[in-house]
Amino acid sequence: MHGLINRSIQCFVQDTYGEGRWLSISSSMGVPPDGFEAMLTYDDKLSLKLLRTVVSQLDKPEEMLLEDVGTYLVSHPNTEAIRRLLRFGGETFDEFLHSLDDLPDRARLAVSDLVLPELQLEDNGEGNFILHVRGPHRGFAFVLVGVLRALADDYGALVLLDHRTQDDGNMAIEIGLLDSAFAEGRRFSLARGHQGQVA
Amino acid sequence: MSVHPPNIDRMSPRDEFGGVHERARDVHLALDRSAADLLMPMHLVVSSDGRIRCAGPTMLKLRPQSELIGCPIFDVFVLRRPAGLTDISQIPERDGGRVSLSFLDGTQGTFKGVAVRLPANGDILINLSFGFSVIDAVEAYDLSSGDFAATDLAVEMLYLVEAKSAAMQESKKLNLRLQGAKVAAEEQAFTDTLTGLKNRRAVDHVLARILSKKECFGLMQVDLDYFKQVNDTFGHAAGDEVLQSVARSLVAETRQSDTVARIGGDEFILVFDGLTDTDQLELIAWRIIARLEEPIPHNDVFCRISGSIGVTTSEIRPSADVEQLLADADRALYASKNDGRGRCTLFDLTMSRNQVRRSSGQIVSDGPTI
Repeated sequence: MHGLINRSIQCFVQDTYGEGRWLSISSSMGVPPDGFEAMLTYDDKLSLKLLRTVVSQLDKPEEMLLEDVGTYLVSHPNTEAIRRLLRFGGETFDEFLHSLDDLPDRARLAVSDLVLPELQLEDNGEGNFILHVRGPHRGFAFVLVGVLRALADDYGALVLLDHRTQDDGNMAIEIGLLDSAFAEGRRFSLARGHQGQVA
Repeated sequence: MSVHPPNIDRMSPRDEFGGVHERARDVHLALDRSAADLLMPMHLVVSSDGRIRCAGPTMLKLRPQSELIGCPIFDVFVLRRPAGLTDISQIPERDGGRVSLSFLDGTQGTFKGVAVRLPANGDILINLSFGFSVIDAVEAYDLSSGDFAATDLAVEMLYLVEAKSAAMQESKKLNLRLQGAKVAAEEQAFTDTLTGLKNRRAVDHVLARILSKKECFGLMQVDLDYFKQVNDTFGHAAGDEVLQSVARSLVAETRQSDTVARIGGDEFILVFDGLTDTDQLELIAWRIIARLEEPIPHNDVFCRISGSIGVTTSEIRPSADVEQLLADADRALYASKNDGRGRCTLFDLTMSRNQVRRSSGQIVSDGPTI
């Protein structure tokens, strides 16, 4: 799996639970304390082992952990670059949802060997959407739920999120957009220098 | 936007692409202002006498209306392309209407665009975009995606620039870490990468190990003669080749159990494990010198060098430490240099303790010189 995935989980642990917890995870896995390189590729087995080790050490269900990783990727100051790249998807949360079909291609433009699951948004009207997530690793869907939850806050939208496994084994995320201007949200400027200012 | 005439004759003959070719060119577009603003948010309409009549909404974010509307265009902009043109009404006919403008007041950034003549009144419509200066422009004017035409790829370009620079930053971090790891690995290495011989670190390691086991050994320091001339005359490539040839000679004249190391540019140390017979060591030294004096071919020339050697053993000065023994070998080596080079000298305790006369004849204070 792409090093960015391993690195995301590692940084999530370090930034949320502290360096000590990471050192205990890395040593129990037998990886160096520096952990993973974002721009290298690792064996899938190692990524899954990392996930299992983190799950057991943090004593948290895997689905909840992955959702927390998704929230972390959007909301933590250390991952501001990811939040900004996602916000390029649209000026409103609704527009952002419609840009999700292109997300794997957008990611590939940035990092050519980063493969994300195929995403397809089904717009059922009146703020009801179903996001189909198709790929070999269903864990991505839970990360995506966390990303959507945090981004809704970022845009100031009020949403209901739920996920389910479909008959074909793929995941679907149900999105209910209750209010797209529920709160003020965080400002986004195309210019990097303007980020963080209040609108 | 209204399209005239909207009724296309269904019976018209179709061209090979299925379009109604003959009639399409007769379609006239008449845009109202709001449609023009939507399609071309950076446009300018300039009268044939050169005054700006109106401007798109994004253009009005860059300069206040009072500094644009009604002003002569050349009071606001410099025309970079087509260069030297003073009559704005000629623009549509030049270069296919392509224009490049920048602000007269020196504000950074260049606009690129295209100019057409409006058929109704002869006004010039110039549609502009930021080109590459879009990155600075969003910063300077705090533009958002709504300020660009829906067809403009500016936002996609900004996304790419940011995504690529984030990825590049990660790659740079990785490169720095790898570079650091490489330097660390080199520092820990025991090999001289040019010659494949051992390095100074390895010598220290070997000598420390032998001394700790209280075993005896012979020590030889070899310094090439005339090597600098080879480098200066034939270049560093020749110098490198000579060093590699020297390395092969030294390895050939020693046993597998001996240690041969390059410790500086043209300085070598040989450690003979268990060998303290000075006659035999001197014999080896003279053999090495003879071999070093064999011309070394490089391209079309032969490089000629020699070597000066200092020899000592752990038995000449028992219980001395590594530094002392190396200093002794060094002292004997400089005796060889002073005696005219191309020779070997065996260290003995009568050699001056505190002074050594270098080949230049200059008296310098003595000490571990390695």
